[in-house]
Amino acid sequence: MQGSLALEIQQILPEISLSIFGIAIILLDTFLVKSKRHVATGIALVGIAVTAVFTLGLVGEDGSFFSGMIVVDDFSIFFRITFLIIGALTILASSSYIARENLAVGEFQALVLFAIVGMNLMVASNELIMIFLGLETLSISSYILLGIKRADPKSNESALKYFLLGSFSSAFLLYGIALAYGATRTTNLELIGREIAAGSASMALIYVAVGLLFVGIGFKVAVVPFHVWTPDVYEGAPTPITAFMSVGPKAAGFAILIRVLMVAFPATYGKWLGLVWLSAVLTMTVGNCVAIVQSNIKRMLAYSSIAHAGYILVAVTTRNQEGVAAILFYTLVYALMNIGAFTIVALVGRRGDQKSHIDDFAGLGFKQPGLAAALSILLLSLAGIPLTAGFAGKFFIFRAALESQFVWLTIIGVINSAISVYYYLHVIVVMYMKEPTDDELPVAMTPSTLSVIALSVFGVLQFGMFPDLLINFARNSILGFR
Amino acid sequence: MPYSILTLITFLPIGGAALLLFMRKASTGALRNIALIVSLLALLLSLPLFSNFDSSNPGMQFEQSVAWIPSLGIQYHVGIDGISLFLVLLTTVLTPITILSSWNSIEKRVREYYLFMLMLETGMIGVFVALDFFLFYVFWEVMLVPMYFLIGVWGGQRRIYAAVKFFLYTMVGSVLMLVAIIALYFLNGATTFDFPSILANLQSGNLVLNSSQQYWLFLAFFFAFAIKVPLFPLHTWLPDAHVEAPTAGSVILAGVLLKMGTYGIVRFCLPIFPEATRELTPLISLLAVVGIVYGALVAMVQTDIKKLVAYSSVSHLGFVVLGIFALNEQGLQGAMYQMLNHGISTGALFLLVGMIYDRRHTRLIDEFGGLADPLPVFSTIFMIVTFSSIGLPMLNGFVGEFLILLGAFNANVTFAVVATSGVILSAVYMLWMYQRVIFGEVKNPKNKKLADLDFREKLLLLPLVALIFWMGIYSEAFLRRMDTSVNQVLQQVKSSAVVVKN
Repeated sequence: MQGSLALEIQQILPEISLSIFGIAIILLDTFLVKSKRHVATGIALVGIAVTAVFTLGLVGEDGSFFSGMIVVDDFSIFFRITFLIIGALTILASSSYIARENLAVGEFQALVLFAIVGMNLMVASNELIMIFLGLETLSISSYILLGIKRADPKSNESALKYFLLGSFSSAFLLYGIALAYGATRTTNLELIGREIAAGSASMALIYVAVGLLFVGIGFKVAVVPFHVWTPDVYEGAPTPITAFMSVGPKAAGFAILIRVLMVAFPATYGKWLGLVWLSAVLTMTVGNCVAIVQSNIKRMLAYSSIAHAGYILVAVTTRNQEGVAAILFYTLVYALMNIGAFTIVALVGRRGDQKSHIDDFAGLGFKQPGLAAALSILLLSLAGIPLTAGFAGKFFIFRAALESQFVWLTIIGVINSAISVYYYLHVIVVMYMKEPTDDELPVAMTPSTLSVIALSVFGVLQFGMFPDLLINFARNSILGFR
Repeated sequence: MPYSILTLITFLPIGGAALLLFMRKASTGALRNIALIVSLLALLLSLPLFSNFDSSNPGMQFEQSVAWIPSLGIQYHVGIDGISLFLVLLTTVLTPITILSSWNSIEKRVREYYLFMLMLETGMIGVFVALDFFLFYVFWEVMLVPMYFLIGVWGGQRRIYAAVKFFLYTMVGSVLMLVAIIALYFLNGATTFDFPSILANLQSGNLVLNSSQQYWLFLAFFFAFAIKVPLFPLHTWLPDAHVEAPTAGSVILAGVLLKMGTYGIVRFCLPIFPEATRELTPLISLLAVVGIVYGALVAMVQTDIKKLVAYSSVSHLGFVVLGIFALNEQGLQGAMYQMLNHGISTGALFLLVGMIYDRRHTRLIDEFGGLADPLPVFSTIFMIVTFSSIGLPMLNGFVGEFLILLGAFNANVTFAVVATSGVILSAVYMLWMYQRVIFGEVKNPKNKKLADLDFREKLLLLPLVALIFWMGIYSEAFLRRMDTSVNQVLQQVKSSAVVVKN
């Protein structure tokens, strides 16, 4: 038994290491004088690096551990790596933001690590209870992170809104879990699937359970009509946390959505297909159309992130291997471009995020050509212009959709993509074609923000021009899936 | 695979653009020189394409093919035939001219301006040489970005509106084309985006598209191309973009960008969807004819010379589409020829308009009159270009229009008759405009002391005037090289239609 326990522990070493580093940061923070506390950023980064080593050590592992609570497969490892990348970029991007806004650095970075632990547990589980625990770990960390600017009413509003709606959605999720358990006497996804296939479960309960689970997860990934919290929460949150929220929990939410729908409820495909199809169409359309009229860039990117959730839902609808691979590809490249864009937004926003109006970007194109060019590339990628990763991602998604013969869904998707060009271009218009409205000093860059921007732009172009590497990795990651 | 000179020609400009990025912003002279040298080098490299082109070979020449995204069967595959050869040359000829034309008129953000000009050149050449659907789409879209900046940053009063409109119109069309491309890829067995191999599968019967597939895919492709052409009633972005763009932008827009639409139709729509092509011919020809007459009538009432030229483009491109859908040798050859003519003469017209705009900062016809007196050289060249545009014999426009009308008469007499009225109307609006601007007394005192063309301006008009005469007198040199490719396209349209019907 000893040997097997060691083996089991090894599977959750990434989460253990993240937790230890997180706790260490908090402890250290209390003993350090204020001027030294910024070492937390460095420690958090080391923590991510150490965790990355443990995570990569799991590549190729396949099996379930802790009585089926934890599953390790390439699918979960892909997402764990994605989360580490998201975490590293968030930590790097936030270091100068924390200094500028005078936030508590220790708590901030530790909570980012805990949030990653939550996301990791969500994707590395085949068990509804475990998924719920992971989700709560993530949610509680994010409630605090959203409200970490304690003196800022907007930040408080953001945290409170997310807390209220988040608990609400957790209740839906729990109710769904309870019903699924009631119908099948298990919370294990594979067993649920088997029970349904065996025909021994009450289908009425199952349908309601699928609906409630979709609602619960739909809240987290912000698909229409469960998206209303997004703009307010994103606008009020500290900008690096907005970036984190728009990519991390979203990726985790989609990962569990795929697992729940495809492992536990493949038999009800005919039933949930219509639901997801409609939600995809609404999510894309509402997100894009409302983004057009936004004047605050954080709100615009919030609606844009809703729209992007819609594209990913298109891929969920397809239910084929290529679609799932496309989701993996998309969540990673979306994380790169969104974190990059939000990092620049945070920089331009200056102290207190006062300059988050799109018009505040006027003239940036010629005042700070490098920064503006980087933002332009990231926005063009979000818009899906070829040679960027955003285009490659959409290409894979729509390709998968056409493979499953969803012609109309694809057409609605590409038209939405064309609509989205309008508001992304608007920012570029303002940067390059309008004269600056004030004599603000140039934005101060730090090595850490510079590296985030450089990495995201590099990733966007690399995976845009040569997507083979990443898409093949994504394809291999889902071979053992289902 | 052997390496092709086309790759060098395509990517040389963007290499030059990268070079500009590392130069000091303030040294505008050096920036201009480098941009000009790079574009001239591209021109020089493209000349052997003309001389070494084998006009008896209907297939692709100067081909290169390298795997790009192997997991999807996407290749970097380039090559040219008689259809694309001259469009590549048109691009390499017009680009240095436009770069030279903006020598003095672009004062602000010079580095970025030339950067985008060179990026644009790469995009345009790429569209004409790409033989892989994915690659074609990439160039087609990416080319929008520099053009958007050229209009939006260096354009006129309503430049932002025009730039965004231009981008969105093209974008809506092209995303549908993307769906069609992916659909075609799946129908072909999801192994390749390579245009020649998909075409070969169609011809050998390995890939059969049923009527409704042909119909919808044709429409998706055609919609994207028709917006670009622009075919009536999708033309509304064009007057805005043309008028607001800086002179060089207008020249490139009219000269090359519009041709991408007609090129796409000939390259992809006709051979891949022969049955749909034949079925939709009456409708498209009707739209083309409406465009011819409508464009001409609207051009007639314009008070702004640039707008007049812009609307004349709608009319001229209507001729090109009519020629293509005559689906016979004269019509298609005339259309190909007219694409070049329009690029040269409308390009020259925009340059001339830009030259008087630089002098007077207005383009309103009323402001001028009697320019023959102070500007004799300008007036002479303007006259030649005007005649070329209305199709006077011995000049290039005549050959194209004549062939198109010949083809159109063979295909459908009614359309041809109505289209002929467009020729007359074009003579009316062009000559009337010429008369009001050039002849008579110099009424406006501001026009009395205008300086005639300087050396630079003469230099950049000279090659265009030479081409106008050359293509008018010795059209054989051009038509011979188009001949086999044009016939092959027609063969594909006709023969495949029979196969499908069986």
